[in-house]
Amino acid sequence: MRPLTELETKTFFEKLAKYIGRNITHLIDRGDETYCFRLHRDRVYYVSESVMRKATSVGRDQLISLGICFGKFTKTGKFRMHVTCLDYIAQYAKHKVWIKPNGEMPFLYGNHVVKAHIGRVTEDTPEHQGVIIYSMTDIPLGFGVTARSTSDTRKMEPTAIVVFHQADIGEYLRQEDTLF
Amino acid sequence: MAGKPSNNKKGAKAASSPQKNNKRKVAAVEAPSKKAKVAPSKAVKSNGKKAPAKADSESEDDESWAYGAVSESESEAEEMDDEFVSAEEGSDLETGALGDDFLGDEFAASDDDEGGPGADLLGSGDDEEEEEEEDIFASNSEDSDDDDMETKSRKLDAAKKAEEEEAEAELQTNIMLENDKYVLPGDDHEALHSTDLQVVLARIQEIVRVLNNFREMREGNRSRNDYISQLLKDLCMYYGYNEYLMEKLFYIFPVSEAIEFFEANEVPRPVTIRTNTLKTRRRELAQALINRGVNLDPVGKWSKVGLQVFDSPVPIGATPEYLAGHYMLQAASSFLPVMALAPQEHERVLDMASAPGGKSTYIAALLKNTGMVFANDANKDRTKSLVANIHRLGVKNAVVCNYDGREFPGVIGGFDRVLLDAPCSGTGVISKDASVKTNKSEQDFQMLSQLQKQLVLSAIDSVDAGSKTGGYIVYSTCSVVVDENEDVVNYALKKRPNVKLVSTGLDFGKEGFTRFREKVFHPSISLTRRYYPHMHNMDGFYVAKFKKLSNKIPTKKADDGIDLDEEEEFTPITEDSGKRQRGKKTSAAAKAAVTEADEISFNADEDEELIRSSQAKLLQSQKGIKLRPKKAESSKESK
Repeated sequence: MRPLTELETKTFFEKLAKYIGRNITHLIDRGDETYCFRLHRDRVYYVSESVMRKATSVGRDQLISLGICFGKFTKTGKFRMHVTCLDYIAQYAKHKVWIKPNGEMPFLYGNHVVKAHIGRVTEDTPEHQGVIIYSMTDIPLGFGVTARSTSDTRKMEPTAIVVFHQADIGEYLRQEDTLF
Repeated sequence: MAGKPSNNKKGAKAASSPQKNNKRKVAAVEAPSKKAKVAPSKAVKSNGKKAPAKADSESEDDESWAYGAVSESESEAEEMDDEFVSAEEGSDLETGALGDDFLGDEFAASDDDEGGPGADLLGSGDDEEEEEEEDIFASNSEDSDDDDMETKSRKLDAAKKAEEEEAEAELQTNIMLENDKYVLPGDDHEALHSTDLQVVLARIQEIVRVLNNFREMREGNRSRNDYISQLLKDLCMYYGYNEYLMEKLFYIFPVSEAIEFFEANEVPRPVTIRTNTLKTRRRELAQALINRGVNLDPVGKWSKVGLQVFDSPVPIGATPEYLAGHYMLQAASSFLPVMALAPQEHERVLDMASAPGGKSTYIAALLKNTGMVFANDANKDRTKSLVANIHRLGVKNAVVCNYDGREFPGVIGGFDRVLLDAPCSGTGVISKDASVKTNKSEQDFQMLSQLQKQLVLSAIDSVDAGSKTGGYIVYSTCSVVVDENEDVVNYALKKRPNVKLVSTGLDFGKEGFTRFREKVFHPSISLTRRYYPHMHNMDGFYVAKFKKLSNKIPTKKADDGIDLDEEEEFTPITEDSGKRQRGKKTSAAAKAAVTEADEISFNADEDEELIRSSQAKLLQSQKGIKLRPKKAESSKESK
C-alpha cells in the first residue's frame, strides 16, 4: 500500500475526469474527514485516512482490500475503472442516461445500450463522453461512453447503439473472481 | 383398525413439541366445558369430519401426558425441560395416574357436557360463540331441522366415542405386544435390521412411545439403555447419520424432541433477506420486490431489517435490486450474533471469520459507515466473495484481511467489539448441507473445538476493555453440539477471569446448558442462547456475549498449570504465539530427561505409546486446519 506516483495520479485523474469532470475536487476536499487514494497491488483504493492508518498494521500479503476500490492499473500503465466505484462517481456524475425497465436486464448482462431502451438523457451530452447509467427508479446500474451526442441520437434508428457498455453491477456476479 | 399407524405418528410428533401441547392441555383441563360446548354444535353439520379430528386431539393429549410423567421420573436424563415439568406438575399429573384413566375422564367429561350445551344452544342461546358457530355452519337451515340433527348427531357421536375407546384400548394392548416383539434379544434384532424404512420408522415411533412413558411401558426388566441403543441404530439408518454424530445430537434433546430435530433437518429453512440500510429502507425494498412479483413478508417482530421470501418468479439473487446492493441473501439465524453484538457508531469492530460477509456488512450497516470494520477470513478464496459483498453493499469503512484468526491480537488489537462466528461442524445447518451427517468424525469435533477455544481466547484478547462504549465479544456457531458451544465458552471463562458473560439482548431462544451429561458448566452460561430448527424455524445456532472487564491477561505460569492439571486430552496450544509453545515443549522435554536420569531403564510399552501418540499428532497436524507454528514442528518431526 502506497500513495500514487505523479504519473499514476495523472492517468487516474484523467480517466476519472471523463465521468465526473471537475467534481474530483469534492472527492479530495471533503467536509467530514480527509480521504486519500492508495495503491495496493495495482488497484487504487479510496479510503479515509483514519481507516488507512489502522490498515497499515496489516501485512502486505494479508491485506486484501480497504475502503472502496476505484479500479486498477493495467500492465500497459492505463487505468481501468471498476464498477465498485459506481457509488462515488454516480454521486458526482455530470452526464446521465436513464434506461427503461425493459432495457435494464440486457444492460446488466453486459450489452450496450440501444436507442429503444433509453428513457431520458442529460441534454447536450457530447460524443464519447463518460456517462452513468441509471434505471428509471434512479438506481445506478453502471457506466459507459456515449456513441453519439444527444442531438445526433434523435435521428438514429431504435436499434442503434447509443451508449457503449463499460461496467455494470451485474459484474458482481459475472466477474467476482477477476474483479477482486 | 386402518387408522392406527397414522394415529400413532401424529401422536409421536405432537409429543415432541411439549410446550405447545402443554398449553393446549392446560387449557383443556381448565375449561373442559367450553371445549365440549363447541364440539357438538360443530357436529351438527359435519358428523363425518369431526370424529377423526377428535381422535387426533386425544392421542396428542395422551402423548403429552405421557411425556410429562417421564420427565418427572427421569429428570436427570432430561434436564432441559424444567419449565415443561413445572408447567405440567400442577395440572396434569394429578388428573391421571394412568393413561387410560385419564382418557376415560375426558370422555366422561365431554359426554356429560354434551347434553347440557346442546340444550343451551336451543333454549337460551346466550352463548355468543355458539351462535357464531351456528351462523357459519347452518346459515341456511331452520331451527326445527337442527333439533333433529342435533339428536341424531349426538347418538352418532356416542357411537363413535365408544368405538374410539375400544380402538384406543386395542391400540394400547397392541403396543405392548409390539414392544415384546421388537425389544426381544439379539437374534431378533438382526432379523429386523434388514427391513425397509417404513418398518424402521414404525419401530422408532414405538420406542419413542415407550421411552416417553418408561415406567409403565417398559418390557420386563429391560433397561432404558437397551431401548436407546436400538433407537439410535434405527435413527442412523432412517435419517442417514453416522453413529458418532447421531449419539452426539441425540442426547442434546429429550427423546421425542430429538426426533423432531432430525425431522426438521430434512426440510429446508425459508429464504430470508436482509435490507441494506446503507442504501434503502425495508418498506421501499419490499415494494420494489413486490413489483417484481416476489411474495414476501417481514421475518418477525425481532428484526426490523429481515424479510422472508416465500416464492419468487425471478431469481432472488440476481435482481437489479440485489446487484445494486439493496439487500443481502442471509439466513435468519445469522442476524442474531450481530444483533447481540449491537455495535455503536464510531466504534472499531473486528469480525474474525467473516466470509462471505453477511454479518460484516450488517455490522457496517449498524455503524452507518462510521468507525471501521475489520473483516478477516482465514481462507483466501473466500475473501473474494467477501470483498464483492462489501463493495456491492456500499461499505466504505472496511478493511479486509486474510489472517488465521489466532494471530489476532498480534496483528492489531484494541477493538471496541469483536464478533467471532467460529468455524464449526455445521450441525445446525444440516438442512443446507447434508454431507455433515456422514463426514464428521470424533477427530473433526476434537480439532474444531480446539480451534474454537484458541479463537475465542484471541478474540477476547483483541478487545480493549477500556473502550467507552464497547468491550464486548460475541461468540457464535452454527452448531448445536455442546462441545463447540457451552464447552468453549466455559473454557474461555476459566482461562480469562477478566471476562464475564452478559445477556445477549435477544428476547427469544433457549438458554444454554449449565450442565450436560457428565459436564457441569459455569452457572452464568444460562445467559447464552441456543436456537433450533424445529423450534424457531431457523438454522441451529448458538450465541454467547462476553463483556471484558480488564485488559490484564493471566500470566503464562498460571496458564501452564491449568493446562497440565485439567486439559490433558488436548495438546495445549492455547497461547497466542508459537514461541511460548515451543518454550514449553523444551521444558517438558527437560523434565522427561530428568525423570529418565532418575531411573535409567527401558519400558517398551511406554515407548510404544509415546511413538503412537506422536504419530497421531503428526497426522492431526497434516490433515485439515492449517496451523502455522504446528506445521513447522511437524516438518521438524518428519525430518
